[in-house]
Amino acid sequence: MTRFFAWAAFLLGSLFFLLPLIGMTEFSLKARRGEYSFDAYMRVFEDQRFWDTFSYSLILAAATIVVGVFLVVPTAYWVRLKLPQARPVIEFITLLPLVIPAIVIVFGYIRLYNTSSFLPMTGSALGTDILLTMGYTTLALPYMYRSVDTGLRTIDVGTLTEAAQSLGAGWVTILARIILPNVMVAVLSGAFLTLAIVLGEFTMAALLNRPAFGPYMQLLGANRAYEPPALAVIAFAITWGCMGLMQLVTRLSKHERAKA
Amino acid sequence: MSFLTLTHLEKTFGQNRVVKDFSLSIAKGEFISLLGPSGCGKTTVLRMVAGFETPTSGGITIDGRDVTGLRANARNIGMMFQAYALFPNMTVADNVGFGLKVKGAPRAEREARVAEMLKLIGLSDLGGRFPFQLSGGQQQRVALARALAPRPSVLLLDEPLSALDAKVRVSLRNEIRQIQQELGITTIFVTHDQEEAMSISDRIVVMNGGVADQVGAPFDIYNRPRTRFVANFVGTLNTFDVQVTDPAQGRVTLAGQSLTLPDAPLASSVGQTLSVALRPEALRLGRLPDAEALLTARVTDVHFMGSVIRLKAEMAGALVSLDTFNRPDAPPPVVGSEVEVSLSGRDFIVLQG
Ligand SMILES: Nc1ncnc2c1ncn2[C@@H]1O[C@H](COP(=O)(O)OP(=O)(O)O)[C@@H](O)[C@H]1O
Ligand SMILES: [Mg+2]
Repeated sequence: MTRFFAWAAFLLGSLFFLLPLIGMTEFSLKARRGEYSFDAYMRVFEDQRFWDTFSYSLILAAATIVVGVFLVVPTAYWVRLKLPQARPVIEFITLLPLVIPAIVIVFGYIRLYNTSSFLPMTGSALGTDILLTMGYTTLALPYMYRSVDTGLRTIDVGTLTEAAQSLGAGWVTILARIILPNVMVAVLSGAFLTLAIVLGEFTMAALLNRPAFGPYMQLLGANRAYEPPALAVIAFAITWGCMGLMQLVTRLSKHERAKA
Repeated sequence: MSFLTLTHLEKTFGQNRVVKDFSLSIAKGEFISLLGPSGCGKTTVLRMVAGFETPTSGGITIDGRDVTGLRANARNIGMMFQAYALFPNMTVADNVGFGLKVKGAPRAEREARVAEMLKLIGLSDLGGRFPFQLSGGQQQRVALARALAPRPSVLLLDEPLSALDAKVRVSLRNEIRQIQQELGITTIFVTHDQEEAMSISDRIVVMNGGVADQVGAPFDIYNRPRTRFVANFVGTLNTFDVQVTDPAQGRVTLAGQSLTLPDAPLASSVGQTLSVALRPEALRLGRLPDAEALLTARVTDVHFMGSVIRLKAEMAGALVSLDTFNRPDAPPPVVGSEVEVSLSGRDFIVLQG
């Protein structure tokens, strides 16, 4: 009986989630009157702005991941090693971006770093890109920190550090050769989440006026009929691709650990 | 000439004085065990030598050089942990070669040394494996090789055998001792297992509550324990109360039998009661011509352990343990039977403190 209800709930949830998706996909295929076609997709792929904004966001996502890894891995490691009592505090701080709206953060940036400020970051494209990367890093922080911290829990950080120290290793060597390789799976899953966030982000990119994928989706949505759902399907495919990769990486590493 | 010296080491965690006035000097190539119950400060002493803890006061020198304030990664010390602590992301060979790589040794030299180390621990074929593909005993041998590869001046081992099963524990401890002697490396070995400490050490430091109670060769620690704590912690002990009859000659009586204690003259007066102890093997079954006294005992328990038979018996108002060797032609006494037990005053340990 409980099984029946479990399945019923699952089915209901699936319908709630899948029906709009199916409807949207179906609609995106109806660009040609009277028959299904990929015309809308073709037009999206033929649009140069799609490729420009997509590659721009991809590059920024990569930058965000690099900054995030350099920020989070040493921090999470240090907290686990030396300040275990500070972990709740750090966890709270990393959760703040979930509570503070992106628009608040970006207005803060604009006030602090506008062209007449002490550090006029918004004065140049590069400066704004750096600012945007920092913003993305903040948005991705909760996910990155959590997955790295979980990864660190699977190894004996303290003893491995001491073993490496007794063999003559300094902090940089320990982080690069021992800690990072052992939390690589966690870093990768954090990275895929970051990628998904950056590709879909609208507020920051729009307010900083950068040609990112999020604002492009919005622009297309406001002006066209069939292309936006096509683009949405593409975006979904990318996000799901990321999640699939995450699963794959985790599965592979579990397989490796299972042999232990 | 001592190679590693610890002078008046103290370590305090908050209000907790964990190591108290700990001094020790270790000769080059010596194998020292720190032996004591859990929580007595063994690991803390070892970690101060390794550089993972800073002494509250006192000093440490290695080969004449003061290392008290030196960082752990500058001390050139090999360390082995209870939890193996192999780097999970590296192969066995990379683990063993890690120390040399950090030091910037050229590849050829590194590979030669790794091969030499793997041969030393008998795992030459397993260089390409990852730690999780090895048994516990193999992992710990790799940890030993990794610690020894950079030619450390001191080897520190913190209960390296505790996580292994009994058979592997015994064979690996012998292997560690053999390799240690082969390389002549100065070693401190921490354990709470007295048999382990006695079987492989040159000298043992028995620790109690952060203090070194007694330092000595296994033979001396076992046969001439200086404190009640050491006597009880190292080996099994039968204690008796005896009456002093002649302190100058060391003569006492036990259940009407006169005995001469080894530590004469005794610091007590006639008629006083003294607490003395005997090891199980000093109580000998049967009537022996060289024994000073003969008592009867009632057997309450028989444990046949192979080469040794351990009896429990009531004797002179106390429950005692008595060890005797197995003999194929003489079956052990049965429970409830009366046996004769020979003993001599010279085997007694006079307990102080
Ligand atoms: N980092 C620390 N902070 C506080 N107390 C500690 C710390 N390390 C050890 N202690 C305390 O010091 C005492 C001795 O510990 P330890 O040296 O590990 O003993 P052993 O190795 O002999 O079991 C224990 O009571 C332990 O709780
Ligand atoms: Mg310990």
